[in-house]
Amino acid sequence: MADQKEKKYAKPLPHVDEETRPWWEALQRHELYVQKCRDCGDVRYHPRAQCTSCLSPRTEWVRCSGRGKVYTFTATYQNQAPGFRESLPYIMAWVELDEGLKMLTNLVECRPEEVKIGMPVEVVYEDVTPEVTLAKFRPAR
Amino acid sequence: MSLSRKACVAGAYEHPTRFAPDKSMFQIMAESIRGALDDAGLTIKDVDGLCTTGIGMGGMGIVGFCDYLNLTPNFVDSTAIGGSSFVAHTAHAAAAIAAGLCEVCVVVYGSTAASSRFAIGTGGAGGGGDPCDQFEIPYGPTTVGAYAMIAQRHMHDYGTTPEQLAEIAVAMRLHASMNPVAKYRDPITVEDVLASRVISSPLHLLDCCIISDGGGALVITSAERARDLKKKPVYILGTGETVRHAARGQRDFLEIAAAQSGRLAFERAGVKHSDIDMAMIYDSFTITVHTTLENLGFCKRGEGGAFVSGGRLRFDGDFPINTDGGGLSSNHPGMRGIFLVIEATRQLRGECGPRQVVDCKTALVHGTGGALGTRHSGATLILSNQ
Repeated sequence: MADQKEKKYAKPLPHVDEETRPWWEALQRHELYVQKCRDCGDVRYHPRAQCTSCLSPRTEWVRCSGRGKVYTFTATYQNQAPGFRESLPYIMAWVELDEGLKMLTNLVECRPEEVKIGMPVEVVYEDVTPEVTLAKFRPAR
Repeated sequence: MSLSRKACVAGAYEHPTRFAPDKSMFQIMAESIRGALDDAGLTIKDVDGLCTTGIGMGGMGIVGFCDYLNLTPNFVDSTAIGGSSFVAHTAHAAAAIAAGLCEVCVVVYGSTAASSRFAIGTGGAGGGGDPCDQFEIPYGPTTVGAYAMIAQRHMHDYGTTPEQLAEIAVAMRLHASMNPVAKYRDPITVEDVLASRVISSPLHLLDCCIISDGGGALVITSAERARDLKKKPVYILGTGETVRHAARGQRDFLEIAAAQSGRLAFERAGVKHSDIDMAMIYDSFTITVHTTLENLGFCKRGEGGAFVSGGRLRFDGDFPINTDGGGLSSNHPGMRGIFLVIEATRQLRGECGPRQVVDCKTALVHGTGGALGTRHSGATLILSNQ
């Protein structure tokens, strides 16, 4: 069953590295995190080993509410890449999380014409392979 | 130390090809260099500096190209920041010449993007090789999609319309109709742009640049050396370059690299916006032109839609840009920065025939590389024939 699911998933998978593995592992538990510097307090997404404001490696993981709003989006009608060419149109968006950070993602469970900038959205976890879970967003319920 | 008027463009050549399945990338580059050196009245023996990069090249591509042409330059620069690279190369060549690192530097680009069938805008962006790509590639980013998200946000915040963006494509096509080597030369209307299919909302097919083969080269040398050469020198007055990205999740996406690179170029050139007689603005998409003009400070944020409307961007309008027809209609072999500098040079020399901007003394060039809605670079040059 797992093999079958892996074969069916044709879209590119993230190249997870040791620096980012904790973030991806949290997604597998259906938890979304951003990071906060323990020294200067600056918050950041996507995850990295040090603060971009002061280079401190002292990092706190902040659990997100999973809520946010659409900052901007596009409905893609042409993409030759395997996996995406079979799922046109799909919606790509920058979502501004309640934590104040913007995250590139997909909007799901809605049609392109239903999407508005500023629209409240909530996270939905897609277990696309046994190893990888993606955080996507749908209109808030 | 000011770079102003220390170096100049002494030779410029645009390869006329738009489809060259019979040629290699390096062959197009070599033919372009021959054209630019002929234009300057120099030979390959005079060249002691080389700048290049390309979508078809590996990380050490410049060394391979030196092998191909048996070059052993004293200065090499292969800065790879996307389509703007060649604008940055021109600035780097000027700095190298001013610093005495070389005297005659060639900037060159060539590509068989069309005949090799590269899906540049819609083939899925991000190779997945860079650490940051893991947070983008799972969601299906395309180059056009990343620009479309800028357009969507601008329309939301300021009421910019698809019609206003379409005006940019219409003006570029008019210019292409006056350029015998442009790929698409039949005039189009705003209605044609809006009736073309949506590639990534809100951008239509005709909001997007074309894909062609092509190449071009520039010869950059010292102001002193240029005095004795064939053509009237085009002086490099000011330069600027930088990058923008998601800024750890805190970016204002309508602020782009041009805001910083443009400010630097104006400061260093010591000229005002009102001094600019024509501009070459990288037109990967209509929104690229619109947002670049706002960020360069030619109009306020939010006023770009009105600024580009009413034929103002035409060669005979208030603010002529991209008089060769741009990437939207003339050529876009994967990267286009070199052609921005070439056409600005031709305008400043008065070589543009029916599309010549009257009394053109000072020109601005701005290249964008990458994608405005994710990671991108910007490089600005201010050039003058005085």
